[in-house]
Amino acid sequence: MTMQFNEETFRGDYTFRNSPAAVRRFPFPFDRDSYAYSVNIEQHPGGPKGSPFEFAFDVDEHYVAEMKDREITLAEDPMRCQSLPHMELAGWDLLELIMVSKARDYPELFKLTRDGNAWHWINKPLGIDKKFTFLDPTTLPCGPMEYITRQAQGDFALLHEREGNLWLDAGMVTSQADWSLDFDVGMNFFEWHAPVPKARKMGVFDKALKFLLAVTQEQSYRRLNWTMTVNPRLDTSPENYHKWGPEKRTITPENVGAKQFLRVELQTFWRLPRSNALAFPIRCYLCNLEDIATQPKWGRRLHRVLRDIDPDLAEYKGFAVNQKMIVEYLSQYDDGAPTSPGIFPED
Amino acid sequence: MRKLALKVTEIETLSPLVKRFRFEDPKGGALPVFSGGAHITVEMPEGETIRRNSYSLISDPYDGSGYEIAVRREDRGRGGSRFMHTQVREGDEITVSSPANLFQLDLRARKHVLLAGGIGITPFLSQLRQLGMEQKPYELHYAARSREEAAGLKLLPEAAHIHIHISEEGARMDLGAILDGQPLGTHVYTCGPDGLIKAVADQASRLGWPRTAVHSEAFTAPPPGEPFEVVVKSSGKTVTVKADQSLLEALEAAKVEIDYSCRGGACGRCQTHVTACDGRILHNDHWLSEAERAEQKTIMPCMSRFKGARLELDL
Repeated sequence: MTMQFNEETFRGDYTFRNSPAAVRRFPFPFDRDSYAYSVNIEQHPGGPKGSPFEFAFDVDEHYVAEMKDREITLAEDPMRCQSLPHMELAGWDLLELIMVSKARDYPELFKLTRDGNAWHWINKPLGIDKKFTFLDPTTLPCGPMEYITRQAQGDFALLHEREGNLWLDAGMVTSQADWSLDFDVGMNFFEWHAPVPKARKMGVFDKALKFLLAVTQEQSYRRLNWTMTVNPRLDTSPENYHKWGPEKRTITPENVGAKQFLRVELQTFWRLPRSNALAFPIRCYLCNLEDIATQPKWGRRLHRVLRDIDPDLAEYKGFAVNQKMIVEYLSQYDDGAPTSPGIFPED
Repeated sequence: MRKLALKVTEIETLSPLVKRFRFEDPKGGALPVFSGGAHITVEMPEGETIRRNSYSLISDPYDGSGYEIAVRREDRGRGGSRFMHTQVREGDEITVSSPANLFQLDLRARKHVLLAGGIGITPFLSQLRQLGMEQKPYELHYAARSREEAAGLKLLPEAAHIHIHISEEGARMDLGAILDGQPLGTHVYTCGPDGLIKAVADQASRLGWPRTAVHSEAFTAPPPGEPFEVVVKSSGKTVTVKADQSLLEALEAAKVEIDYSCRGGACGRCQTHVTACDGRILHNDHWLSEAERAEQKTIMPCMSRFKGARLELDL
């Protein structure tokens, strides 16, 4: 069956919708009824058929609309895509990784033909048919990282390894949970994570950095992270806070189920072969409370997680202001029954 | 760590002590490409024991048709390089890890200066191909005792920016002259004996080079030594380390789970906490600081050994 792509928007009239199938495959991030920082790392790709973990780079019904939204954001603010000069090779590595993966995993949508460095790329959903020379930037309309990430859902950070640390030296960031590439570009791992509460003291970042430095080529990993967003907006950037920050105040007990979204990031980690850089794709999935509650296990669990969460985390994740209303709303779906372990829906 | 089952397709004698090996996929498939300075770990099964040594890749990093390494025979080693020289034949199957890199080029550099001593030429052979393809300015200096011993000569192209220093012929490498006057933004990379690495670091420091522009790789195969015993804390099991075995290899043979990457004391992955030590740890790694060595509270099992009554590891 060919995939159907939604016509929808992530700003203005916010026509974004999840089909029932998209709700069922939503990467619900909680595997138990409470939340604390953990090193929830698994090998990637790999997961149930049809889940967003099955393939290296998930393509779903929102693909075309998300790429249009990225185009709008980039037109307004080109600094959302930056690559320091030494990162061009990592950009080619990323382009290869994404093209090869998509052509292998979605042959009905993407096709890649390679004859040495003469490459022919066909992206049917976006209507792209391009012949170019691999590793020759003059044969693409823009740099390799920008070229491929205008055709791939989610944000992308490319990390350069040196001095036993990782440096955020390139990225495409238009669907971020309130962080700025323009601010963070050139920072090392500890610098760009400085705003995260408590974690540094817990030694989380030392462990995480050690893990990342040990990621080898041919062996990639994933983890899930989450936050909450009012309205299905991809571009929740500090640059545009004035546009989306005030929307937090539009939540009422009547509309909270439809307007309050759980925002989940599927983060993956890849060692790139030629540059030895790390690619860090951050794919964003949105699902509102109404839709989450259609899966009884998720409704119960989300209620318990958000009710009992550490107040500092509620603040950091930006939903403290609406926490009471959210918990109240979700309580109608929590009958106190036990929930099964793991993230997938029951039945 | 992902493993690749390959076939030995070429063995060439480069010098009396050094052989070049080429490995290919038995079905002719493409191997993962890699970055200049990367290494693979080669498994060398002999009877009950599996030795694993890491070797720098010397072939074209962007060419997935095969991997090549150069192995210097160390007759006083644990037997890994001797195994490669005497037991491995063309057509044999061989298991290697996928490439990893602990000695990558810093592509921010305006210019790269590569300094090799002896068999330390190996990581530069892939790096200079990468620099060539990236069209980055570089110069390479290769020091060897004699022309006969200089295995790298057969593998290096002739070019104005590749300099050979044969000490027997009185052409010693003059670090002061090489490092002085390099343009700002130059990075220097050294691979070879510890003495050379230290001399380069000293010289660079005297000339005011930023520390972050000075890189080196010193990892070597683990040395043999006296047999000794260690106790694994979780199980209470005693593991005997034979004379020609590394502690890491002995732990692996005893099915103790332990992480590793370079197996040469450079990456820090196998660092293990010591819970009891009555004796002296013989630190042979390049990872721990002097203070950490003196404390005897941590050990790098890939390289280091022990002499004394009891060593207990937090495994």
